[in-house]
Amino acid sequence: MYVAVKGGERAIENAHRLLAHERRGDRDVPEVSLDQISGQLGLAVDRVMSEGSLYDRELAALAIKQARGDLIEAIFLVRAFRATLPRLGATEPIDTGAMRVRRRVSSTFKDIPGGQILGPTFDYTHRLLDPQLANGFVPDEPATADTPSAPTPRVTDILGRDGLIEPSPQQEGAPVGDLTREPLSFPADRDLRLQNLARADEGFLLAMGYSTQRGYGRNHPFAGEIRFGEVEVEFFAEDVGFAVPLGAIAVTECQMVNQFKGSVTEAPCFTRGYGLAFGQSERKTMSMALVDRALRARELGEEALAPAQDEEFVMSHSDNVQATGFVEHLKLPHYVDFQSELGLLRKLRTEFAERANDAGPLQEAAE
Amino acid sequence: MTTPAYNFAYLDEQTKRMIRRAILKAIAIPGYQVPFASREMPMPYGWGTGGVQVTAAILGPNDRLKVIDQGSDDTTNAISIRKFFAKTAGVATTASTTDATVIQTRHRIPEAPLHAGQVLVYQVPIPEPLRFLEPRETETRRMHALAEYGLMHVKLYEDIARFGHIATSYAYPVKVNARYVMDPSPTPKFDNPKMDNCPALQLFGAGREKRIYAIPPHTKVVSLDFEDHPFTRYRFDAPCALCGAEDAYLDEIVTDDAGSRMFVCSDTDYCEGRQAAGHRGRESAAPHKDRAHG
Repeated sequence: MYVAVKGGERAIENAHRLLAHERRGDRDVPEVSLDQISGQLGLAVDRVMSEGSLYDRELAALAIKQARGDLIEAIFLVRAFRATLPRLGATEPIDTGAMRVRRRVSSTFKDIPGGQILGPTFDYTHRLLDPQLANGFVPDEPATADTPSAPTPRVTDILGRDGLIEPSPQQEGAPVGDLTREPLSFPADRDLRLQNLARADEGFLLAMGYSTQRGYGRNHPFAGEIRFGEVEVEFFAEDVGFAVPLGAIAVTECQMVNQFKGSVTEAPCFTRGYGLAFGQSERKTMSMALVDRALRARELGEEALAPAQDEEFVMSHSDNVQATGFVEHLKLPHYVDFQSELGLLRKLRTEFAERANDAGPLQEAAE
Repeated sequence: MTTPAYNFAYLDEQTKRMIRRAILKAIAIPGYQVPFASREMPMPYGWGTGGVQVTAAILGPNDRLKVIDQGSDDTTNAISIRKFFAKTAGVATTASTTDATVIQTRHRIPEAPLHAGQVLVYQVPIPEPLRFLEPRETETRRMHALAEYGLMHVKLYEDIARFGHIATSYAYPVKVNARYVMDPSPTPKFDNPKMDNCPALQLFGAGREKRIYAIPPHTKVVSLDFEDHPFTRYRFDAPCALCGAEDAYLDEIVTDDAGSRMFVCSDTDYCEGRQAAGHRGRESAAPHKDRAHG
């Protein structure tokens, strides 16, 4: 006799208990601490903060630990927490020109005011597995120099002085769109597009940006500048009547400089693609800048034929929390619908067989 | 690190107010998809976040909540959602269709008739009935605005030309209040007629796609068809093996690796209710109460 499947509740509890056990791993091995994750897996923390849209190293580290290192799962945890936080308001725009620069490179000029600063980078390392790191390696102290006093103006500002690059649109005091608070509608303005890209999956953006380089919506980019360092965050407090500093956050900014032919009314000039992310996230910000520029096809009067130029396509599929949820929902039961499909398929097959039977001798003759 | 404290039914009151406004608009324009600022919920997109947000926005302390998935109260995701509200709202839960004031469902409409005062909340993956004919939201919104549904009729006609039938067996499109073509969510088309003139309020929530729509009580809901190819329901032609029901939608259960199958009600509350009332099917030897859980 068939007994209906029951006991799902206990199964869920036991599965979660087993998950906690697996997460801990070998109990003879010391548990990994949040400080270790934050300090030694810092780029993972940066990614979780960026795509989780929440600047909190400790919570991001906790999420990574809870997610057993699955970064999309960690991003999901941070997002779900973020959704419940009350909004006090929006900060003043950060001034990346005043950044305390830790790394800064330009591929458009050999030397720039403030200089090129390599900083901590994988660039030019030889990708050879380093057995020294396997156990108790103590690296040399980093080389130091006096803090340069010269300002480090943004490369795009230098180009902008001669009008060689389009000006950044100035919208002082304009309300900032927030797609986590208002439903998104198309066509979307650039503030919402950039917010979407900042939260977007790094791998998705990388592939989209890459596709523009291979000719699917090519936009002739130069890495005008990539900079990483700390910027001040200020909040305008109505009570006191001036902007109050809240602290400093680390961000990476990428400004792409792209070709633009000009039009009847506008002189030829370079155009901008912009990328910004929390922490040190160069791959993300460079990809973001490529895709941002590609998505500006409409406003720049370009023909939009490639996937990376299609804002509905890009913005609807860039979010890895949405994507992973819907892809993985396929493991939920679908047997009611499947049963309905089975019924239809059986009926169609029966009718097909009947037709084949009726037509049998004729088919043979035709052969 | 502080432990976060959550509001009644998880969502903050501002968010609930935003969702309630969307629900009211949806009720005012039956079948119209209202965009809403869907929140990130602590369960994955595609796992009922739209339904959960609608339920959270309408739930009161005195409600009795039923949650089903595939018609059953005991499927894992239904349990998970029911536990979520039992924990965050402390509401009473029930498996009884008749006793529930709010029923959240995925893929089924209960067999027992719904009554006035009840709310049926559907979880919706893709709210746009035209999506697989036209992927662009800007286009489909325009088509709805102009009631330009020719494309859908062409699709159904092409099915008939190719297969001799309309080859849609679930998420079968309906027209609501003689105006909007609507996706009933992936319920089997067997359930479509239950939506018509239903005394309960039907609310549809799509979290990932950020849409809410509604069918107010006693609204006309018509499954799309042609005069010479009228809409037909489908159910496997057999009585339920446990309760003998001839009118309920059936799940097919594979019982061995030699092709043996049995068919039982997908609505477990309906099936158990019938068994408790003494109805018996072919495979049901012992009375319901004696059956083991486990």
